[in-house]
Amino acid sequence: MSAEGQDQAALARRNRRLAGGVFVVVAGMVGMAYAAVPLYDMFCRATGFGGTTQVAASAPGRVLERQVTVRFDASRDGNLPWKFEPLQREVRVKLGEEKLAFYRATNVSQRPIVGTATYNVTPDIAGSWFNKIQCFCFTEQLLMPGESVEMPVTFFVDPDMAKDRKYDGVKTITLSYTFFEAKTERAKELLEKAQKPQKPLTPGVGEVPGGNGPGDKRKGG
Amino acid sequence: MATGTHAAHGAHEHHDHTPGFFVRWFLSTNHKDIGTLYMILAACAGLIGGAISVYMRLELMNPGVQLMGWHENPGHHWNSMVTAHGLIMVFFVVMPALIGGFGNWIVPIMIGAPDMAFPRMNNISFWLTVAGFVSLIMSVFIGGGVGTGWTIYVPLSSSAGHPGASMDFAIFSLHLAGAGSILGAANFITTIFNMRAPGMTLHRMPLMVWSILVTAFLLLLALPVLAGAITMLLTDRNFGTSFFNPAGGGDPILFLHLFWFFGHPEVYIMILPAFGIVSQIVSTFSRKPIFGYLGMAYAMVAIGVVGFVVWAHHMFTVGMDVDTRAYFMAATMVIAVPTGVKIFSWIATMWGGSIRFPTPMLWALGLIFLFTVGGVTGVVLSNAGVDIALHNTYYVIAHFHYVLSLGAVFGIFAGFYYWIGKMSGRQYNETFGKIHFWTTFIGVNLAFFPMHFSGLAGMPRHYIDYPDAFHLWNEISSIGALISFASTLWWVFVVFHTLTMGRKVGANYWGEGATTLEWTVPSPPAFHTYDELPKISASAHH
Repeated sequence: MSAEGQDQAALARRNRRLAGGVFVVVAGMVGMAYAAVPLYDMFCRATGFGGTTQVAASAPGRVLERQVTVRFDASRDGNLPWKFEPLQREVRVKLGEEKLAFYRATNVSQRPIVGTATYNVTPDIAGSWFNKIQCFCFTEQLLMPGESVEMPVTFFVDPDMAKDRKYDGVKTITLSYTFFEAKTERAKELLEKAQKPQKPLTPGVGEVPGGNGPGDKRKGG
Repeated sequence: MATGTHAAHGAHEHHDHTPGFFVRWFLSTNHKDIGTLYMILAACAGLIGGAISVYMRLELMNPGVQLMGWHENPGHHWNSMVTAHGLIMVFFVVMPALIGGFGNWIVPIMIGAPDMAFPRMNNISFWLTVAGFVSLIMSVFIGGGVGTGWTIYVPLSSSAGHPGASMDFAIFSLHLAGAGSILGAANFITTIFNMRAPGMTLHRMPLMVWSILVTAFLLLLALPVLAGAITMLLTDRNFGTSFFNPAGGGDPILFLHLFWFFGHPEVYIMILPAFGIVSQIVSTFSRKPIFGYLGMAYAMVAIGVVGFVVWAHHMFTVGMDVDTRAYFMAATMVIAVPTGVKIFSWIATMWGGSIRFPTPMLWALGLIFLFTVGGVTGVVLSNAGVDIALHNTYYVIAHFHYVLSLGAVFGIFAGFYYWIGKMSGRQYNETFGKIHFWTTFIGVNLAFFPMHFSGLAGMPRHYIDYPDAFHLWNEISSIGALISFASTLWWVFVVFHTLTMGRKVGANYWGEGATTLEWTVPSPPAFHTYDELPKISASAHH
């Protein structure tokens, strides 16, 4: 092979190596796009971004005099034939005080339906201070035709919120839920069980799922 | 740069035979031919995209629904035209013209490379882009049209909002065009890093080459994110996944983040090559080397880097907390600094220069002036508080048309007039070119400047109709659009006139000031540009 031919071959090798590296970057960026799905989820949970609420095992025990109003909002996907409403419009709650509130969901269709709720609070910055101890939103809910269920949520507002003046303006927190028809694996299991009449009709309402935290891949708690 | 030892090669007797028509244009592996193909694609797509904008402007000329009334759902038809116009202009006009066209044609010659690093990959890049264009056109006709705008936000683009096949065709189109661009970017990066002629160090490369290099990196990092996002959207629509569907635990806002993580660098992908072209032209016609060469090169790098961390300024209204908005606002304003470096360096290049004003210089100056106008409105919009009020109004339309339609497109025309003699061997008619410039300049300003006013008055985008109060500015905009399109048809005539009757020109028809390597080879360059690689000495570069 001539010197020029060798140069050519060396150049072709270098080109292939560089292009290979470039395509690794491309694959990495595609991977990053997919990794953004769980990362965004984790980011929202960790920071309360977008009003993502927190999960706590129990109230901290410290109760401050300062009060906030917690308002309750309910909506549902247009394709979900449920009625869904809060049983109280709003409550006054002291910082650190544990409160119990109820929503009511009614299945107005002729078939068993498993629903799952997304949720957040506004203003968004209150997300990192709003803690739920128990919530119907932690897991999928099965409603038989015509069945109506009262769904509890136990929560408190972290008293540490009072330490930062940035949150002095937070006087009203609106807790909002939107129910969708669930399409997860657990929803399918619940529906299968519902076909067998001997099983209980309202599994798991209000329970925090044990073990690894929330039982589905919704963000927050 | 002209100091290279390379001697211009005429039509040689040895291996400069061009292949037959089919092999040359359909199986092309020659960077110049592929560049030409890209430009033909961009011109065709540009005429279609321009015709769509005329269709839209005629509809908006008067209040009420007139021209689009034939459609069973005129409002959706309007939105599908908006979408087609946007996607065509971004992916099939500006990108093919600037990157595929001028990039392919000029970059290898400027760095003294015989061709691109992967000539056959270059070919597939082009034909993937063509296939993407066909798929996009099909999305208009099959399944009712895509009415989402080019941002294809979920849930409007999900199967709930767009159950038909249109959306899938549009997604497929973006996949194809994106794959073509990624391959092209890999090719440019390899070519520029590995194939420079002896002596052509990175810091001696012309700014056009720098601009394509930075653009290629932006493509490489941004497009795969779009590809991932639209693939998730595709599987959400067709295969029951729930990446963006809250019913299955997804989050629609995540799509907005992914889209704009791609979308914001994309706007720099469209403007940076135009910056490169302007740098060459301003330097040539001021008969001076560019002022602050290193600053210019690294300003583009800075724009590229910062461009990746400002994306959420497109989403100020989704409900971000004030700290997040403050960050994205500040980061966005920072981009005005390297952009200002470029603007002022162009002015400083002209300062004290021996300036000529042929057509390409007029387009370049037009770009500098009008891009600055768009940049100023961009700084206005970057204020989160102001943007809450102006979001999705015609003010935003005015802003991004000033930086893209009047920035990137002026860059395309500037490059066309600057290099058409080099590419075809025939020079355009100066009077014809100047007529084209001035009619376009008047037309686009008449079309887009009034949009600032209607936008500030609160006219929202993505609607087929408007209240009578907005009539005046809309009518003026429509007249401007008609002038611009007539001017574009005039340009088509100029092209044919140049190619058939243009004066034949030699290697360096711009004379003193045109110092880059493409001016050392004949016009048009031989099919294989360099038989012997040029050697670049340390003096007289860029």
